[in-house]
Amino acid sequence: MAETITRNYKIDFLGKRSIAVGLSVILSLAAIVSLFVKGLNFAIDFTGGTVVEATYDNPPDLNAIRAQLETAGFHGPTAQHFGTARTVLIRLPPEANAEGAPATEGTAKDAVAEDLGLAQNDLKSRVSAALNTDPAFKATITRVEFVGPQVGDDLTESSILALVLATIGILVYVAWRFEYRFSLGAILATLHDIIMIFGVFSFFQLDFDLSVLAAILAVMGYSLNDTIVVFDRIRENFRKYRRGEVIDVINLSINETLSRTLMTSFLTFVTVLAMAVWGGEIIHNFAIALIIGIAVGTYSSIYVASALALRLGVSRADLLLPEKEGAVDTRP
Amino acid sequence: MRNSFPLWKNLLILGVLLWAFIYALPNFFGEDPSVQLSPVRSAKVDDTVRKQVEELLQGQGLKPQKVELNDKRLLIRFADTDAQLKAADAIEKAMGTNYTVALNLAPATPGWLRAIGAQPMYLGLDLRGGVHFMMQVDMEAAIKQREERYAEDVRTLLRENKLRYRSVDRQNGTIRAQFDDTATLAQAQSVLGREFRGLLIDTDESQNVLLATLSEVEKREVQKFAVGQNITTLRNRVNELGVAEPVIQQQGTDRIVVQLPGVQDTARAKEILGATATLEFRLVDTEHSVPSAADSRVPLTAQLYRDRAGQPILLQRKIIVTGDQVVDAASGMDQQSGTPAVFVTLNSIGAKRMADTSAVNIGKPMAVVFIENKSETKEINGKKVTTRKKVEEVINVATIRDRLTKRFQITGLDTADEARNLALLLRAGALAAPVDIVEERTVGPSLGKENIDQGVRSFMIGFAAIIVIMLVYYKVFGLIAAFTLIFNVALILAILSLLQATLTLPGIAGITLTIGMAVDANVLIYERIKEELRNGNSPQSAIYAGFERAFSTIFDSNITTLLAAVMLFGIGSGPVKGFAVTLTIGILTSMFTAVMCTRMMVNWVYGQRRAAKLWI
Repeated sequence: MAETITRNYKIDFLGKRSIAVGLSVILSLAAIVSLFVKGLNFAIDFTGGTVVEATYDNPPDLNAIRAQLETAGFHGPTAQHFGTARTVLIRLPPEANAEGAPATEGTAKDAVAEDLGLAQNDLKSRVSAALNTDPAFKATITRVEFVGPQVGDDLTESSILALVLATIGILVYVAWRFEYRFSLGAILATLHDIIMIFGVFSFFQLDFDLSVLAAILAVMGYSLNDTIVVFDRIRENFRKYRRGEVIDVINLSINETLSRTLMTSFLTFVTVLAMAVWGGEIIHNFAIALIIGIAVGTYSSIYVASALALRLGVSRADLLLPEKEGAVDTRP
Repeated sequence: MRNSFPLWKNLLILGVLLWAFIYALPNFFGEDPSVQLSPVRSAKVDDTVRKQVEELLQGQGLKPQKVELNDKRLLIRFADTDAQLKAADAIEKAMGTNYTVALNLAPATPGWLRAIGAQPMYLGLDLRGGVHFMMQVDMEAAIKQREERYAEDVRTLLRENKLRYRSVDRQNGTIRAQFDDTATLAQAQSVLGREFRGLLIDTDESQNVLLATLSEVEKREVQKFAVGQNITTLRNRVNELGVAEPVIQQQGTDRIVVQLPGVQDTARAKEILGATATLEFRLVDTEHSVPSAADSRVPLTAQLYRDRAGQPILLQRKIIVTGDQVVDAASGMDQQSGTPAVFVTLNSIGAKRMADTSAVNIGKPMAVVFIENKSETKEINGKKVTTRKKVEEVINVATIRDRLTKRFQITGLDTADEARNLALLLRAGALAAPVDIVEERTVGPSLGKENIDQGVRSFMIGFAAIIVIMLVYYKVFGLIAAFTLIFNVALILAILSLLQATLTLPGIAGITLTIGMAVDANVLIYERIKEELRNGNSPQSAIYAGFERAFSTIFDSNITTLLAAVMLFGIGSGPVKGFAVTLTIGILTSMFTAVMCTRMMVNWVYGQRRAAKLWI
């Protein structure tokens, strides 16, 4: 039984696609410009360096902390509040430890044996000593992270590789399950989402650490979820309605899946929001990246992916290849 | 039309869920502060030690909750950290020499759960506090060492074969031997080629020069050995540090990760990890008797040592071979007697000395002394004072049976275990490739606690919010979805516990995120059912169609997330890997729970009756 499609859907999404595409292009360009002008604020996972988290008895003065550290022989330290006014996050650029600031008296430098190459001053004790020079502000070091420049370089390399491989993997999978034009649409929509995350992190100079990269990869997978659900429906509707415009089929499909798309995005959004608000500072940026990704991803799977597939000239014939599931209408 | 599962399917699903709940259970019992007593070297922990400890604690007025003896270790549980610390101090003082005493948080899993192998997840350093070191083995130095050794061996071999050479030196990864004439060069080439299979040999006949480089196979061998040797050494040291559940593993080709849960004093950890060890092979002084020497009248030519059992032994002052001349040591079986043996390989200088000494001392005992240089930093009057300590110990005494050469074996060891230990110590004392700390992360215990609290809190809030939204929006079906989510979490926890995966803060975030994503499958199915109802289908057929049609979509959309999670697992280190693991497992379990469990429950509620209306 062939049905004829009518324009009985509520929202003409694709009719307004020029506005959407325009908006996406402008935002993407803005993100790219920001990436080139401001760059990303890479965390030590990628650049190497040292991060020290210290908790004080009473709120300290950040400038005083910087001065204390410089006196102790650390080059270019930065200090910022971390979550609360009593918690301070200190960053030391990689050179400071690589060069090895002058060994202060009493460090274990000489004593530490050479053959295991551990002849490195113990950072934690040095920083702790530097921070506790003012008796009015007592600091306890709760976390120290030191990453060597080589490790950072390796991670950067493998991260880029992971992003590229994930992109290729998705491209191939969607092309295999659907059609290459859908695949291109899906991947461009996904890249669009990622660029937005990069853009926001660049524009606001948020810390870009390994967990943010993890969030980006998760968004790649997740954003595609929505896109695939829409594509799945488009394929189904192409088979169901033998006549009618391509644009109408796509519009109808988007409308049919709209409540599901919004509902799931909303639910995931709620969990991620809980993470951002209550999850603590360490996964804050991770949650922020997911929030952006889910918000943009929802929009992009509604608009960008389908609009792109349409623009690339997807047609009914492309999807009517014989396939096992859905080929038989199981309706009673 | 009815919707129902056959009985076996229902039972199977229920069985899986029951399994999930039981194996997820250990994670909710918390941990007991405890003291762990493990033996050092030859000491043993057995029932006598157990009694000794129990009496000791009783004398101190400390009441342990439980004293367990397993895995050659004694675990003493306490009700609070106060008692734990006091007990640790007391035990350390009384028995510290032969045992290491470590503070531990032992899982308080009830016996019946442990009996069926149910264990809680392992908490990552970001959740329990501790130190993480990543060390890089200096491969260039390791290869340089090996090249130098080869240069030496080449000289020796040429000398032994009476081949005159002008010079043998090592430059930029090449061993260069200069000869006077082409004939000697050709002879040298054939001799060296026969003897050293690890070298690639090339000649320049116009200059009478022989050039040898390490083959790729040999280089890989060197790297493998360098990493392996460092891991062995580090493991020895960490054991000494008395850390409960340390992690020491290779990462990539040239890195070693050391994780010490609960350790806060990084300086001390580095001191112990960085201690150097060396070996000395010496002849045993058989001319003087030991007892007289024990009264501090040691003859000038001898030196008093103690063996591992604490017995005094007198050794000659003259050192035959030192640790840096030991190339390798491996344990195995003596082919003639079939008893455990250790095979030692020396470099050519060491081999010559060993040969010269052993040839004239056949029948006499020879001892191996293991020497550790430790440094300790203590705070005295507010100033940090570092003292160096040299610990010397005779680890083996064996009778020289023959003229020993480059490769010889030590037999007469009682067990294969003993042979392994000796080989391990010999390797630890051999010249090691240098390592550098390239990554160091320390998390304080209070921060770890805070991380757990925040992670769990954000999970609970997210979870509760989803359940509320689902109930409001999908009513009865929402309730079913809520149960599905609980099953899903139980399954994730059970599988993570079974795999003994490490739970990290991003791992908790991964579970939270998975909940948000897992409910997606329920939403897909429910929306489909609603749509079918709107199209005028009967409730039963709507349910049927909803599940049937949503499945391929659920499958497709999950595969892509899975793909991304696998990529993440590939690059991730530590915490982020935890995220990838929980995400992957969460996606897989959610497919089962959303499709199978939801269907089962919907069948129970609506499948058997002619429902006029679905509460959806």
